[in-house]
Parts: sequence; structure tokens; C-alpha cells
Amino acid sequence: MGTYIPHTEDEVASMLAFLGLDSVDDLFAVVPEALRLQRGLELDAGVGEPDVLAHMEALAGSNRARADRLVCFAGGGAYDHEIPSVTRALAGRSEFVTSYTPYQPEVAQGVLQAVFEYQTMVARLAGLPVANASLYDGGSAAVEAVNLGVAASGRGSVWLSAGIHPHWRQMLATASRGTGHRIRTVPLADGVTAWPEDDPSGDDPPGVVVVGYPNYLGCIEDLAEARALCDRTGALLVVGVDPVAAGLLKSAGEWGADVVVGEGQAFGTTLGFGGPYLGLFACAEAHVRRLPGRLVGETVDVEGRPAYVTTLRAREQDIRREKATSNVCTNQTLMAVTAAIQLGWLGTSGLAELARRCAQATHYLRRSLLALDRVEPYAGAPVVREFAVRLPLPATVVVERMADAGFLAGIPLDEAFDDGQDGLLITVTERRTRDEIDAYVTALAKAVA
Amino acid sequence: MAGPVNGPGAGAPGGQATSAPLLGRESEPTLFELSHPGRSGWSFRTTGVPEMSVEELIPDGHRRTDPVALAEVSERDLVAHFTRLSHRQFSVDLGAYPLGSCTMKYNPKMCDTVAGLPGLAGVHPAAPASLSQGWLALLVELEEALCEITGMAAATLQPAAGAAGELTGLLLMRAWHEAQGRPRTKVIIPDSAHGTNPASVTLGGYQVVTVPSDERGCVDMAALATVLDDDVAGIMLTNPNTLGLFEEDIAAIAAAVHEVGGLLYYDGANLNAILGVVRPGDMGFDIVHMNLHKTFATPHGGGGPGAGPVAVSERLVPFLPGPRAVRVASDDQAPVYAWATPEHSIGRMHTWHGNALVLARALAYILANGGDGLRHIAETAVLNANWIRQRLTGTYDVPFDRPCMHEVVLSVRTIKQAHGVRALDVAKRLLEEGFHSPTVYFPLIVDEALMIEPTETESPQTLEALAEALERIAYEAATEPEGTMAQYPHHTPVRRVDEARAARTLIPTFDARR
Repeated sequence: MGTYIPHTEDEVASMLAFLGLDSVDDLFAVVPEALRLQRGLELDAGVGEPDVLAHMEALAGSNRARADRLVCFAGGGAYDHEIPSVTRALAGRSEFVTSYTPYQPEVAQGVLQAVFEYQTMVARLAGLPVANASLYDGGSAAVEAVNLGVAASGRGSVWLSAGIHPHWRQMLATASRGTGHRIRTVPLADGVTAWPEDDPSGDDPPGVVVVGYPNYLGCIEDLAEARALCDRTGALLVVGVDPVAAGLLKSAGEWGADVVVGEGQAFGTTLGFGGPYLGLFACAEAHVRRLPGRLVGETVDVEGRPAYVTTLRAREQDIRREKATSNVCTNQTLMAVTAAIQLGWLGTSGLAELARRCAQATHYLRRSLLALDRVEPYAGAPVVREFAVRLPLPATVVVERMADAGFLAGIPLDEAFDDGQDGLLITVTERRTRDEIDAYVTALAKAVA
Repeated sequence: MAGPVNGPGAGAPGGQATSAPLLGRESEPTLFELSHPGRSGWSFRTTGVPEMSVEELIPDGHRRTDPVALAEVSERDLVAHFTRLSHRQFSVDLGAYPLGSCTMKYNPKMCDTVAGLPGLAGVHPAAPASLSQGWLALLVELEEALCEITGMAAATLQPAAGAAGELTGLLLMRAWHEAQGRPRTKVIIPDSAHGTNPASVTLGGYQVVTVPSDERGCVDMAALATVLDDDVAGIMLTNPNTLGLFEEDIAAIAAAVHEVGGLLYYDGANLNAILGVVRPGDMGFDIVHMNLHKTFATPHGGGGPGAGPVAVSERLVPFLPGPRAVRVASDDQAPVYAWATPEHSIGRMHTWHGNALVLARALAYILANGGDGLRHIAETAVLNANWIRQRLTGTYDVPFDRPCMHEVVLSVRTIKQAHGVRALDVAKRLLEEGFHSPTVYFPLIVDEALMIEPTETESPQTLEALAEALERIAYEAATEPEGTMAQYPHHTPVRRVDEARAARTLIPTFDARR
């Protein structure tokens, strides 16, 4: 009998008798004989928990790049931040973990209220009035933002800053195969987007403009310039934010963003080899009826008590079907609840302090590295908590050498950045000590020697 | 009124929860109302990094003047708040959750341990393959298992949920047809399909063509024949379908669609019913998405995360998203793993490699159950659903009176006509009994639908208790004064919620309160 199935053989026999059947095979009489799998599945026989865990631990053991073995200086949207015991304990509560989409609000107020609080926090971070209940990850949030922007502007021309995450750009290109959006990539100059100065409204003006703040290279973009471009052309401005850096920077909403997206992994979610993460999504009031995914709103119950419920449901796929604004159903609610808990733990002063600590450690490392002979800045624009350097040999080689010295050195800049293989993207979180940073500098000096 | 009493549950207490563990009556303030200026709970590592001020770090003009206003609470208050919220939330761990189409089975705790292993949870997604061999091996092992289960050639693990898998499949369909010369324009879906299907079709750049169901609840073959032509890119089917019924004509459907050059897409929402019994690949499907959070017991997280891998037949492998983890030949005996992007890849569907820790949980679940165990899951899920169907026949309408697979769709139509009690009222009344309600009003082609999916992990005693509760509710519907049933629930954390008001006066954040 299977591991998690309660039925005894007697019970199965009794249930079959109730149904007038002789065997469990009879349950599948409707399945044409010719289609049925005549053999068993060619998978190993099931084993008990200790054996499963031993197997999974063996797999885990052959990952060298685990943050408890290699000191992590890699970022690019995935950060080794502190996750306190309190976040682990609360986010691990099985009421949050083992429930589903709150279709019955009377017994789902826990998740609904937590998501309402999350939406409030994301909206405040973004400087916009509305945030949704989460999307899959930063990249999927960017895809949804572009879809919203094209629908709102009525124009399928999408201008992407070359400074947004290269994987987001790849996802946007993939999505455009179905939507037919026309994507133009606007190059960087010295780390920030070089928006065209001429009036581009003549030939295929953009319906959406997407830029990072800060961008993938960690550089602070001039959002006033991006906003002016949008004003000239009637495009919507989508800003991809680093939500930790947002603790120090003027909000994207204040700069005039119509939609703000971001990767929310930094708020309490483990590195986890890239998932599950958290797609942040906020927008201006004008676009709320095109908002993708779920939205929680506050209301009252029949006794007039505060209550929460998923709302503006008429936007969603299960009601609007082929006319829906998005196909999203299952999202990343648990990561949203986790972010609400983590942001509750950080609070007003903690988020600002977290951002400041990341930035100061980043600046300390950047200054130390640039003092090395063979390390050059990749770009001159100011950075917040991430930066790129140019190395005298391929960054992939340096990463391998640095692993032998005990570090995950960063992320090599790949072909997405036009000028070659020698760029390395580096981040320093609040978890890195001065000793770790100093040791990193020593190791890198050796690695590039 | 009550059905025949059956042996399994006799003498044993039912496994239902009561609504008592859910705290009601007093509402919980928001975290922002619990906030007090100057209070905090955070702490960071002592690092020794030289101090720099915000003014030194951020250029003028970009610096935030005021910090982001969040709540200011102590750790103790934070714990109390979220613990109280958790007490206002029903979950699988609390009791039966027969929410049709969602496969709310028990989520083994073992998988929580797996997802927390530092060697998995602590790995940065941009780590090169040489430093993350364990993860790549895990992804390959899972892909191979999923391909064996579905009868397909290869899979992408990138899609983060079922809907993302659907879009991936439609983009694969488009890429395939483009490679044959033209993308075609239409995708066929049955009228019983999940709403994500038509929404995904639109995002894939196709037009939806709906085919009706026949009196058996299956695709109407005559209607299908009238819409099939060489402009059809493919058909999306759920089998068993959303009525919980197996499409017996699937081989004929596959032949007809393939005849006009179309592809068959399998929506794996209901894969739990057929594990080890029949495989989508053997039914003729070309593209299959799976919902690992349903079939393979990864927890639903209050609405996510899920994972929606997509497996394909041999001819579609070159179009799969990339990069994919692959096993490469090595000189010695130990396998080596690398990333590879298929030759005609449609590109990337996830920022990184998919919901990796969800994938790890699914692999652990598959290893624990093994091949035979997976078949046993399907058998028991189907047994439970048929027992409920048989037991409640006569109490509720059974619109399609034939054996079901893993779920059964009942209707409250007769009760509504006689007593004015709706499916919604039955659902709300059931909450009071300590069960989550079934899915209601879906599929759309059944009036007053109650879609019940018990899953294989609910015991006969729990089924007995659920059936008795539903019988009691039907009895009350017939005997209680008019309007009584519309008043439930009474003892849940909140009572019926004013959804119209939520939409009319939108309050999506604490700051929008007036």
C-alpha cells in the first residue's frame, strides 16, 4: 500500500463492493484497453522517507555553490539576505503553506489579510496606489507589465532598455512570439540607457518603455529622461526596481512610473536555485482594470466586520476566458505572505538600514577592487548595491578560480552585454563581513594575476 | 434521504475538522494598526564594514527623503499577528479540502525537509553548472521521471504554474507550425475547459474555437469534425475532463486532429486520475503540462507557488525552452551535467530554472511512491470519487450518470428548483461542518455545479463524514424555513462577505481606506 494513502485492503474491498465492482481495475473500464499502459511505470519502487532524504541529500551535497560553503557575492535579482528565524517560523505555518487560492473567503481570511498587507507594502515601496497579489517572478511581472502597457496605449511597439535583466529580455522576446509585440532594445552608454534624443514618434513610436532602477549593472538610471520620452510619445513607463535599493532611492512612482515591477526574492525567500521567487507588480489607479493576476480588496461581512476578498474578478481568466487580461491563476502567494512577514520584521527603520548596509558594503568592495591593478570599472554611472567590473581574463575563468578560494564571485556578464566576456557583476549584501570582503579582494587579485 | 450506510466508516469517528480551530468573531487589526512609531524587531550581522552615510552612498536627486513607511512592530507582536491570521485560515493540514480540479491532497512533511536542505535552498541560480551539479542532476532525474509518467520524450521544467505551462505549450505549437511553413490561426478547446485555456490561447496569438460537449459530457465528435481544417493549430484537452469523465474517444480525436496537421495539447490538471494507468503520450498527445502542486503533492501555498513542467513528443524537442539541464557523456563513470539550449528553442519562460524547490519536492514525492505507488494513488483517488458519487446519487443530481475518474460533478439544480437553495449555499453551509467546500459553478456547462475531488489521501471515515454532512445539508435545504440556508456560515472567522462592495469601492491597500 502506498505511503500516504490511508485505506486498508478491507476498506478498499468494502468500497468496491459498494460500487458493485470486483477490482480496482474495473474503475478504469472506461479507458480503452488499447491505450492502457500494459506494464508498470519504469520507475524505481517506492522507498521510505530516510532513503528519499538520503538521495536528496546526496544531490544537495554535490552542489558546491551553496551559500554555507561558498561565500556569496552573486546577485542579479537573487540575493543572499538574512532570513531570520521569525520569518522562517511564520512563513512555514502550515495554514499558509497547505491552503489554496482563497475561493471561500469565510475560511481564508488569514491568507487574504496577509496578502492585503503585502499589497500595501509593495504599493508603498513602488510609490503607486495599487499592487497585485504576486506574479511568478520578476521576469514574468515584466512580461505582464508590457502586456498591460500595450493594451493601455494601443501600440505594440516595446522599447526595452538594454539595462534590464538579460533573462527578463529573453522572456519578453519569447512572449512576443505569441503577442506579436515589436521589441526594440535601447543600448547603454557608460552603464545607463542612451535614450534616442530625436523625436521618435514618426516611425512606430513606443507604446511601452521598460527601464531598470537601478538596472542590471547596478547603475542608477535617469528616470526623468525615461519619463520625458514617454510623455513625448504617449508610451507607458514600466520600471523594474530592486526592492531593497528602493529603500534608499526615490520611488519609481514619484518619478512617474505607470507600472512598477520587481523581483521580490530579497524579502525572506531563499536563493533556492532561482525559485520559487516573487514577482512584484504595482500600477497607477488608471490601469487597475487591466491588472494581471489576483487582487485582494477590503470589504465587510454581513455583520459589518472588516473582511477581505479577491476582487475585480471580472478581469480574470476563469470569468473572461479568451478576453482576460492575463492567463495567471496560481501565483506565488506563499512568497507574498513571506515578504509581508519579512517586511513586518524589517519595518520602516529596518528596510532603510538593510539598504544602507548593502550599499555601504558594496561601495567598500568596489573601491577596494578598483584599487587593484588589473580590475577596471565596467561603467562609470553611480551604483547602489551592485556593480560590474572588467577583468583581464574571461569572467567564467575567474569565477571557477574564486570558487576554489571559497567564493561565489559574481555573475559573468554574457553576450547580452555587447562587449565580450570580461565583465563580472558583483553584489554585497548586509550579511558580508569586512573580513569576507577583504579576503575576496585578496583572492580576486590572485585570480586575475 | 440518506444513502445506504456503507461499511468503511462504520464505528470510526470521521476525520473532519470543526470550524472551532478557526478563530472568529473578533477581527484582527492590520499590521499597520499594530504599529507604534520607533518600535522595531530587526537585527543584522556584525560586519565591521566601515560606516557610510546615505548622503555619501546615493547621489542628490535620487535619494529618498523619507523612508518607506512600513509597520513598526516588535518581533513578539509580529508573531502574534501572523499566528492569529493563520488561525483564520483553513488548510489541508486542518481537514478535508475537496476542491474539485485543484487536487488538494496531503502534502508530505518529508518534502518540507527536502526544500530546506542547505545544499538545495542555498544555491544561487547563476552559479555555473560546474558548481551546481547536484541541482542539474536533480532536474534531469525529475524530467526523466515525468517523461516516463506521461509517455513523452523530453520536458521543460521552467513554467512556474499550469497557466505558464499552457502558454509554453501554445508557443511550442506556434513554433512547430511556423517551422512547417505557417503558424495557422485557430486552437480548439471544449466548452468544459478551464478558463486558463482560452486565456492562454489568446496570449499564444491564436483564436479560440469552442466545441460543445455531448450528452455523455465528452467532446462532441460531430461538432469537432465541422471545425477541423488546415487552419487549426491544435486542440487543448483535459483528460479526464473537468467533469471528471474520461474522453473515451480520445484515440479518434487524436487521429482526426493529426489528420489535418494539428497538434494535441494535454492539460494535466487532472493527471492524478491516470498515473500509471494510461499515459498522455500513448493517447496521442504531443504536448503535456503537469501541475506538480496538484498531482505530485507540492503544497499550494495559499494560491502558489506551483510548477507547470511541459513534456513533449520527439518532434517538438528542438523547440523546448532553454537552457535545459542535460546529462553529457563523460570519460569516467560519473555522469556530468550541463546547460543546453535546444536548436530552435522558443526561448525563456522563467527568470531562472523554474520553481526549483517545488521541483525538488516533486522528485522526492515520486521517489517515495515509486512506479507502483503512483498507480495506487490514481486507483485510490478514483475509488474515493466514485464512492462519493454513488453515495450522493439521489441526494444531489448527477448530471452525467456514468463512472467518474478522480472527481465528480454534482448539481444542486433540483434542490434549487424545489427549495431555492443554491450551490453557493451548500458550499457555505459545508464550511460550517469543518470541511472546505467543493469547487462551485464550474464547469460552466453544469447548472449549480458542485465539483468534488476527495483525493486519495482522505480516509473512508473522512469520506463518510463528508457524505453525511452533504446529506444533512440537502435535508436541511428541504426542511428548514426559506432563507435559512442563505444565512450560513455563522461560526467562521467572518460570515458571508460583501463581494459587490469590494469591487464597487476598491480598497486594495490599507492606504485606500477612507
